[in-house]
Amino acid sequence: MSKSNTILYLDGVSVSFDGFRAINNLSLVLDKGEMRAIIGPNGAGKTTMMDIVTGKTRPDEGEVFFDGQVDLTRHDEAEIAMMGIGRKFQKPTVFESHTIEDNLMLALKGPRSIFPALFHRRSAAEARQIDDILGVIRLGDKRHELAANLSHGQKQWLEIGMLLAQDPKLLLVDEPVAGMTDAETEETARLLKDIARDHSVIVVEHDMHFVRELGVKVTCLHEGSVLSEGTLDFVSADERVVEVYLGR
Amino acid sequence: MITGRFFAAGADRRIAITIFILLAAAIVVPLLNLAVSPTSALYVPAYIVALTGKYLCYALLALSLDLVWGYCGILSLGHGAFFALGGYAMGMYLMRQIGSRGVYGNPILPDFMVFLNYKELPWFWHGFDHFWFAAIMVLAVPGLLAFVFGWFAFRSRVTGVYLSIITQAMTYALLLAFFRNDMGFGGNNGLTDFKDILGFNVQADATRSALFAASAVMLALAVFITWAIVGSKYGKLLMAVRDAESRTRFLGWRAENVKLFAFTVSAVMAGIAGALYVPQVGIINPGEFEPSNSIEVVIWAAVGGRGTIVGPIIGALLVNAGKSWFTGVLPELWLFALGGLFVAVTLLLPKGIIGMWDSWRGNAKALRAASVAEEAGTKVVVASATSRPARSPARNPGEWSLSDPEPQAAE
Repeated sequence: MSKSNTILYLDGVSVSFDGFRAINNLSLVLDKGEMRAIIGPNGAGKTTMMDIVTGKTRPDEGEVFFDGQVDLTRHDEAEIAMMGIGRKFQKPTVFESHTIEDNLMLALKGPRSIFPALFHRRSAAEARQIDDILGVIRLGDKRHELAANLSHGQKQWLEIGMLLAQDPKLLLVDEPVAGMTDAETEETARLLKDIARDHSVIVVEHDMHFVRELGVKVTCLHEGSVLSEGTLDFVSADERVVEVYLGR
Repeated sequence: MITGRFFAAGADRRIAITIFILLAAAIVVPLLNLAVSPTSALYVPAYIVALTGKYLCYALLALSLDLVWGYCGILSLGHGAFFALGGYAMGMYLMRQIGSRGVYGNPILPDFMVFLNYKELPWFWHGFDHFWFAAIMVLAVPGLLAFVFGWFAFRSRVTGVYLSIITQAMTYALLLAFFRNDMGFGGNNGLTDFKDILGFNVQADATRSALFAASAVMLALAVFITWAIVGSKYGKLLMAVRDAESRTRFLGWRAENVKLFAFTVSAVMAGIAGALYVPQVGIINPGEFEPSNSIEVVIWAAVGGRGTIVGPIIGALLVNAGKSWFTGVLPELWLFALGGLFVAVTLLLPKGIIGMWDSWRGNAKALRAASVAEEAGTKVVVASATSRPARSPARNPGEWSLSDPEPQAAE
């Protein structure tokens, strides 16, 4: 396989925790600008895969390359984030005691050392970027509210907004519509499709309606490796996928 | 938006008032001690000046702990160590100032060294005959210890109760080390019998007043610096690390550096507090490293209200005033009272006195909670929440999540 023109390249990746193989010889390639949906039963290794890509977990073996050339196994979370990989957690994780605006301000791309932060003054350009993102995630009227006051779905959006503020090349989005109403789910699908126009995106999701709405290539993981890959129709017709995940 | 600014201004006003009171006290209290006749009703006796000066040092220590505990969630149970190290640096200067007036009359060696048969001054005592050198050491020694300790602890991602335990171990290790005579710091007895500071008699009323004023001014300065740090983007990051550390990492921030900076600044503040404390009480001994001292600091901050700047100061002043009174009246019951106070505060006033004050006044938090509730359509509750200030540490809907956001363990 060639790594050129890939944004993410995993080959033969394995990792075990206390003898349990969470990821088992996993290979997955994401092209630049591609959006991919990842499905699979609980414990299939979806979140562990994200941990490996973002530097939280080191793989026991295998290659993990970003942008065709950067070996991600040699870097830690902060470095990987600065290279341009953003990650949304399964459970929405925002800074609850800060306002929406401050949440975005802390996420905005820029220097990440202590002293610039100590003497930082918000520039007009930054204010504009925050306004833009607030528009995209539809939280403009709540900008001075504390994040703790947002609904579950709004927190998911805020977290996606924080990812956008980071201006990453690749977004890893873990269960973005968990706990959302149908209307919110549709809205989120639209939002992600917008984002996918100029970013590469991996979405992990259980909600098959949502995956269908995204209309992208699907990878089904099972027991730490790829079980099936292709269009949603192809994957959901696959006997093995039906067996382990969708149910008969 | 306007309300946001107003409440922000409200918090700033509280800081401004605190600084003003401290600076005013720095002028007025010495005047009432020195310029007013002892027979006047306004006269402040010297022992009160010394006692309150000591309390101000404790308040500075509590504020330094609050910077790391209240704003970054690092529960240090070893802050007394930084305080004591600052105190020892000042104590060494004061020992060198005794000169040949000691019991043994040795112009170079302090009494305890003569007693222990030291032939010459240990290398680490050199330079402490200069005030400027001692002043730098007051900042550098606690700061460096905190930097090295924090560097290893935060990089290894030691957090929560484990971090608290190793800070406790740190101060205990220092306690044992300083108890040893051959450490060269006076062992069990520590450093005492001070005569002069900058050429002035430490016992004199004027010197005590000056030390009181210095403590008040230093505390005011620390309040200002803490306020500036906490209000900056870095301060917001500090709280972000407290609430969702892994989120900050995945945004590209180095949480360990964020913590390390606050921890070091905090240790330097604690060291300054110790340096101001020692000339006012006239002694520094290894007892200051006692782990229970550090735990007491935590209680002061908790009583006053952690995560507020004014709270720990109020907590330190009140608890210590209570201690002075209590140990006079019922000395054997003091520790029970202190323990009971901590339990009571944890159960009844999780946000401390300042938090209780805020919810009594039904200000910012309650109003904002009300506006949230209003959106949710619970008008009835809103009416009762806004029409009268709640008398108990109010439980308005949404207030808990507001005032006490749960730290989230990220995925």
